[in-house]
Amino acid sequence: MKGGPAAGGTPGTAAIETHGLGKRYGSQAAVDKLDLRVPAGAVFGFLGPNGSGKTTTIRMLLGLANATSGTASVLGQAMPRALDAVLPRVGALVEGPAFYPYLTGRANLHRLDAACPYAPTATRRVRVEEALDRVGLGAAAGKKVKAYSLGMKQRLGLANALLRPRELMVLDEPTNGLDPQGTREVRKLIASLAHDGTTVFVSSHLLAEVEQICTHAAVMRAGRLVAQGTLEELRSAGQAKVTILTPDAGAARTVLARLGLVPGTVEPVNDGAGPAAVTAVLPAAAVPAEDIVEALVGFGVRVRGFSVDKGSLEDRFVELTGEGFDVAR
Amino acid sequence: MLAVLAAVPVLIAVAVRLTNGTRAGHGPVFLDRITGNGLFVVLTSLVLCTPLFLPLTVGVVSGDTIAGEAGQGTLRYLLAAPAGRARLLLVKFAGTAAFTLAAVAAVVLAGTAIGLLLFPVGPVPLLSGDLVDAWTAEGRILLVGAYVVLSLLGLGAIGLFISTLTDVPVGAMAATVVLAIASQVLDALPQLDWLHPWLFSHWWLGFADLLRQPVEWSSFGSNALLQVGYLAVFGALAYGRFTTKDVLS
Ligand SMILES: Nc1ncnc2c1ncn2[C@@H]1O[C@H](COP(=O)(O)OP(=O)(O)OP(=O)(O)O)[C@@H](O)[C@H]1O
Ligand SMILES: [Mg+2]
Repeated sequence: MKGGPAAGGTPGTAAIETHGLGKRYGSQAAVDKLDLRVPAGAVFGFLGPNGSGKTTTIRMLLGLANATSGTASVLGQAMPRALDAVLPRVGALVEGPAFYPYLTGRANLHRLDAACPYAPTATRRVRVEEALDRVGLGAAAGKKVKAYSLGMKQRLGLANALLRPRELMVLDEPTNGLDPQGTREVRKLIASLAHDGTTVFVSSHLLAEVEQICTHAAVMRAGRLVAQGTLEELRSAGQAKVTILTPDAGAARTVLARLGLVPGTVEPVNDGAGPAAVTAVLPAAAVPAEDIVEALVGFGVRVRGFSVDKGSLEDRFVELTGEGFDVAR
Repeated sequence: MLAVLAAVPVLIAVAVRLTNGTRAGHGPVFLDRITGNGLFVVLTSLVLCTPLFLPLTVGVVSGDTIAGEAGQGTLRYLLAAPAGRARLLLVKFAGTAAFTLAAVAAVVLAGTAIGLLLFPVGPVPLLSGDLVDAWTAEGRILLVGAYVVLSLLGLGAIGLFISTLTDVPVGAMAATVVLAIASQVLDALPQLDWLHPWLFSHWWLGFADLLRQPVEWSSFGSNALLQVGYLAVFGALAYGRFTTKDVLS
């Protein structure tokens, strides 16, 4: 499905499309002029630091909150106007699971399924059991939810989203609180959903995960969209980086500077016992990598390791959203 | 809650039976007549429960309807199901009404049972002085029960509306109960005469008129009209509020 020319502007229909979507809480714009386009069939990673507006966007897409500006369409129909027609085709996990603590996991699913007037009653039992099995809760389905662990609740939330065959899954941080097996299962689940043609819109800040499962991604920062496209496009927009392992760190920095590169800080490797690592950003128009090695060797730098890394998604993410750890607002 | 309500008539009956000599003129109406006829247990219980116990339970249930789901976070999943906002509101109000019915039924049934058990039953003197047989009397008691259920529907609608205003169920419950009490306090102030017919609690104890021969229907009618009015106004307010509200819990 992937491959081919990674040109932007994916043709075909969009599962989610927003134009100038905005949400204000008082004076604060939680989401601002959002133009999002999720192609049908994609596994779409919705990235952003805490408080950047991911959950707020999802609430507007599902018709839970009203947008203060702009429009949104889901599965080709305007939201929230076509809510009744759209939502039965959408499975959702919004900001963590929530259930009736005094009902069992199974009873909770029955209740939520019964809440939708369009859900067929005849197949309810079977569908509930299948969803429970699919998230590995078959054995714990008879337990009261108040006795569930965080990960078990998260799984039950996923099971709720899986109660019916869906055209779109909107998952807000689905692996939150899951153990490594659970995380892997969710990855597999998403892959199998995508294989069946379901569009998956998954918000996360676990980049490694997004890199493994997504075909497309968008990055939010303080309510604004700062990048979106296929994963390839996002990565290649980032800058490559050259790393040199050498005991002659000072000399290496001199050579890099002469070649017109900006050497970064020297980072000791193995607590300074081994060679140090010197890094520098390698712009696309800079000298070819082999010339750098030649220059280093010619200057008498003992090169013990040399690598050129294409920017990882994480580098790109930090580039786009800033280094700071503090929540923006 | 239903068990507590059912305990009220039992408590009354047992207390009266044990002391067995209530002086007339003390305590609520009908209390002194219980020893003579078991059917008065129900009426005494309803008189005692209508101002406080019943509104309390109705306030708790109606205040919890939407705010409880919101506070727990389940509201967003119900709406994403999609349950439909108007439909959810309707189901929640039906639930409140069903609870009100069950609450009053608990008092009536427990009262009838314990009355038959502990006291003699025979022809019952009505307020108009006529004597009717026990079956007719029980029919009148059911009519009184229906009257009390009807009386509390307005309060249920008020609670439903308040419940759409907040994500904190305890707040909605408390506000509803406080309103029920405030309305009765206002009803007791003669200076506010003009306001009285508009208070939802105004006809709450008007069921005595159903115990006349022939039945005096006017208070039943006024009460029904008032309650339907409250139902319409607060139902519309709840609808307006809930269908446009941002669900952020
Ligand atoms: N109910 C609310 N009232 C006021 N402001 C809110 C409300 N909910 C969210 N916000 C604000 O909107 C902004 C975006 O919040 P949102 O929950 O969408 O972030 P997020 O991207 O989902 O973050 P996280 O990764 O932590 O889940 C935040 O600055 C937050 O403070
Ligand atoms: Mg969030």
